[in-house]
Amino acid sequence: MGNAELLPGTLDLLILKAVSLGPLHGYGVLLRIQQITQGALTIEQGALYPALYRLEKQGMLDADWGTSDNNRRARFYRLTTAGRRQLRDHTETWNRTVSAMSAALNAKPEEV
Amino acid sequence: MPRLRVLMKNLFRRGAFEDQMIDEVKFHIESRAADLIRSGMRPDEAARRARLEFGGAEGWKERMREAGGLRWIDAARTDLRYAFRTLRKNPVFASVAILSLALGIGANTAVFHLVNVVRLRALPVANPAQLATVRVKDSHGGMGVNSHPADMTYPLFEQVRERQQALDGLFAWGHGGAAIGDGANMRMVRLLWVSGETFRTLGIVPERGRLLTPEDDRRGCARATAVLSHSLWQSQFGGRDDIVGKPITIFMLQADVVGVAPPSFFGLEVGRAFDIALPLCASGPSLDARNVWWLSVFGRLKPGWTIDRASAHLEAISPGLFEATLPTGYAPSSVDKYKTLRLEALPGANGISALRQAYDTSLWLLLAMTGAVLLVACANLANLTLARANARAREFAVRLALGASRGRLTRQLLTESLVLSALGTLFGLALAQTLSGLIVDFLRTSNDPIPLDLNMDGRVFAFAAALGIVTCVLFGLTAARRSAFTNPGVALKSDTRSGGAGRERFVFQRVLVTLQIAASLVLIVGAMLLAQTFRNLVTLDPGFHTEGVLTAFVNFARLGLPPERRQPFMQQFLDRLEALPEVESAATTTNIPLFGSSWTMGVRILGAPVERRGSSKITFTSPGYFRTMRIPLLRGREFTIKDDNASGGVAIVNQTFIQQFLNGMDPIGQVFQTGQEPGYPVASYEIVGVVADTKYSRLREDIRPIAFVPAAQAPSPRDGAAIVIRAAGATAVVPEAVRRLVADVDSRAALGGISVYDTQIRETLVQERLMAALSGFFGPLAMAIAAIGLYGLVSYIVSTRYHELGVRVALGATRASVLGLVLRQSITLVGCGLVIGVPAALIATRWMTSLVFDVSPRDLRTIAAAVVTLAAVAIGAAFIPARRAASVDPIVALRVE
Repeated sequence: MGNAELLPGTLDLLILKAVSLGPLHGYGVLLRIQQITQGALTIEQGALYPALYRLEKQGMLDADWGTSDNNRRARFYRLTTAGRRQLRDHTETWNRTVSAMSAALNAKPEEV
Repeated sequence: MPRLRVLMKNLFRRGAFEDQMIDEVKFHIESRAADLIRSGMRPDEAARRARLEFGGAEGWKERMREAGGLRWIDAARTDLRYAFRTLRKNPVFASVAILSLALGIGANTAVFHLVNVVRLRALPVANPAQLATVRVKDSHGGMGVNSHPADMTYPLFEQVRERQQALDGLFAWGHGGAAIGDGANMRMVRLLWVSGETFRTLGIVPERGRLLTPEDDRRGCARATAVLSHSLWQSQFGGRDDIVGKPITIFMLQADVVGVAPPSFFGLEVGRAFDIALPLCASGPSLDARNVWWLSVFGRLKPGWTIDRASAHLEAISPGLFEATLPTGYAPSSVDKYKTLRLEALPGANGISALRQAYDTSLWLLLAMTGAVLLVACANLANLTLARANARAREFAVRLALGASRGRLTRQLLTESLVLSALGTLFGLALAQTLSGLIVDFLRTSNDPIPLDLNMDGRVFAFAAALGIVTCVLFGLTAARRSAFTNPGVALKSDTRSGGAGRERFVFQRVLVTLQIAASLVLIVGAMLLAQTFRNLVTLDPGFHTEGVLTAFVNFARLGLPPERRQPFMQQFLDRLEALPEVESAATTTNIPLFGSSWTMGVRILGAPVERRGSSKITFTSPGYFRTMRIPLLRGREFTIKDDNASGGVAIVNQTFIQQFLNGMDPIGQVFQTGQEPGYPVASYEIVGVVADTKYSRLREDIRPIAFVPAAQAPSPRDGAAIVIRAAGATAVVPEAVRRLVADVDSRAALGGISVYDTQIRETLVQERLMAALSGFFGPLAMAIAAIGLYGLVSYIVSTRYHELGVRVALGATRASVLGLVLRQSITLVGCGLVIGVPAALIATRWMTSLVFDVSPRDLRTIAAAVVTLAAVAIGAAFIPARRAASVDPIVALRVE
């Protein structure tokens, strides 16, 4: 099985999840997502940034300039309280949808 | 509000936003490249690969700007830049638009500014909305109760204070005037007499020292306490701190200064400031007089009370209040009338204002006039923008065809109008500040400095901004909608030169021009009526010769003359005055005509076969009065110094007096009796002379019956008087001569306000002059704008029909018939405008009834004159492009094809 396409709306949730594990710069978010999805999802690298900016404007993320591991200036994103709440709510919704979807899709004729 | 904060940050730090974006993208790509190198890739290959993986950086950046909320602002910037460029390319259109908007908005804002200052602004006190004023309901003339803002006696105020329950902290105040200083340093100051609760109820904080309290206003206060106004403290006492505690002499009153009022507190009457505030207890004999109506009464509504409830309460307790304060010395019929008076409460947040009463109608009329001018100007701009939009139809069609959205086009056109409106509003505001100052300066006279705080407040700025937005929408939106909804296919196919736009497209423009003409007609009629009013008043013959006359007031109170010596002293003074080489003659009078004051008494003709009674103006004068005023004596004799208390009462009456009371009888020798009033017992006077009719208190009134009585026969001799002086030569040298004489008579004698009579009468007409001047400016302005509008429309129609007209001429149409063709259209438009305008003018001028004089607001000659003027100007304006149409050269017109 190769890389799966990202479902619409899931990028924001992934970003929130990635950032919830600790402040990250944009490239770090990419690496973290690849790490926690074990590279199973393809993310367009450039698409990350409009999403980050949108989340920042919505007040889910806070951003500040800091120093990266290789001693360069980078913009670090941090989860805000609102972002944390959003992540929790959306994770719940997501889990419910997934279990409902998989139950539905795995239904066998004898169960109907 | 993180959202707004981030947006604001992005907006205001636009450069930083861009830098940040570039840095982040760069950091990302470089980090990725570094990782690739670490995994063994060649550096140049890694950099290429990293860029490739990132995708189109510019595209993503655009999406980032959008995500950061900056896309619309970019669009707006583009629109703005485009709008400025378009306007720069059309400097004539831009300057005409901005200038007319600036004029229209400026005039409106200036007048609104004055309305706001005089009428809308609340008093500079704590919680003005709770204030209510108590006054006599439907107050009318008679018994001294007048329609002037002040209408309470002190005994009545005491009763109200004691018995009412609707208001907290009830207080009363009145105006007065007095001289401070001696001889050459003498200066008139404006006094504010206040009851003890006044400052406390108003919640005013002193600038220095303290303000007056109920302790200061104890009956019979031995030594008065005074509070200075901020401006007097600055101008007369140099703003020194040690003024508190210093004694001050106010004419005959000794007082101690206890404090200074804050600069914001000008008093309680808008347009009338005070210099010194004194407690009512020090106001002397007027305090207990039951017939001196000089106080205004205010208070704060108690919690839970409304104005209506307070009014009902006051009305209910009125009978007891008036019963307890019956004035003495009046005839029984007057006293009965007094008992029927009732009190009411009115909102008091804006204070009261004689200025407001005087100028209310004028200000609203001015606002209506300037509003009409602005509408006419807007219609012109709408027409201009529409014409421009038609000329740009191809541009819009191309842009629509290339995929621009209609919304985007509308927005861009609106941005253009918005830029025009914004610039117009800015210039208009600057203009308004100057204009309102000029209007007030125009109204200021030597006697009435009209102290007004002319700083613009938020309400004025909001008004100007609202005007700007409304005008923008009015002239921008119509054009924008029309252009944006062009069908690109049709517009591109059609040839604008041959008038493909179609005649129906001009319907809207025609309607606008018709309405402009109608509105202009209304303004012109109004202007003509006001101009006639002013001319009628200026040229009116009051019945006496005002030229070469001066008026003055003298007061000998500080000399402490006993009553019996006052009249001889005054006569001696008059004799010395008449002996001056600069003076031809002089006389005292109790009423200088046309100054607005009035003194009426009941009269009864004795010995008449049928009872004849009524009321007449009564004026006490010294013998030289008719000579000085040059009032012709028609029959009998003038007064002499022998007509005094010792001899029998004599009187000289005017013609109207005879018509009203003595019709058919020989007036000389008839005797009339005056009714009883406080200080004026019933008295009989024998008519010894008849003088020609004269105006009495103002130019605008009808002639009233007047009876003149010798000053020497007045029941209570006064120690001051108004004086009329006829100059022997130039009037300019008289004041100095009189001043020297008064100082020579006694250094304690006071001379107040000696001035040229003519000038003062002209100053009483200042409102009429202002209205005539402003309407004389706005009326023709509206007419000019409408004419330009018609000119523009006809020119435009002619230009779109150029080809058609060429064909007509080629086929044999004469110049005259082409001229007629074009002019006929214009005449129809003007005709329609006038047909709408005449009834509109008739309706509008009904508001002006109180402002016009000696001309009917529906005067047909005026309306006819306005119609003819406007028609001539408008058709003249249409004639220019019509002649151009008639001189079409068919060869040129057809070759253009």
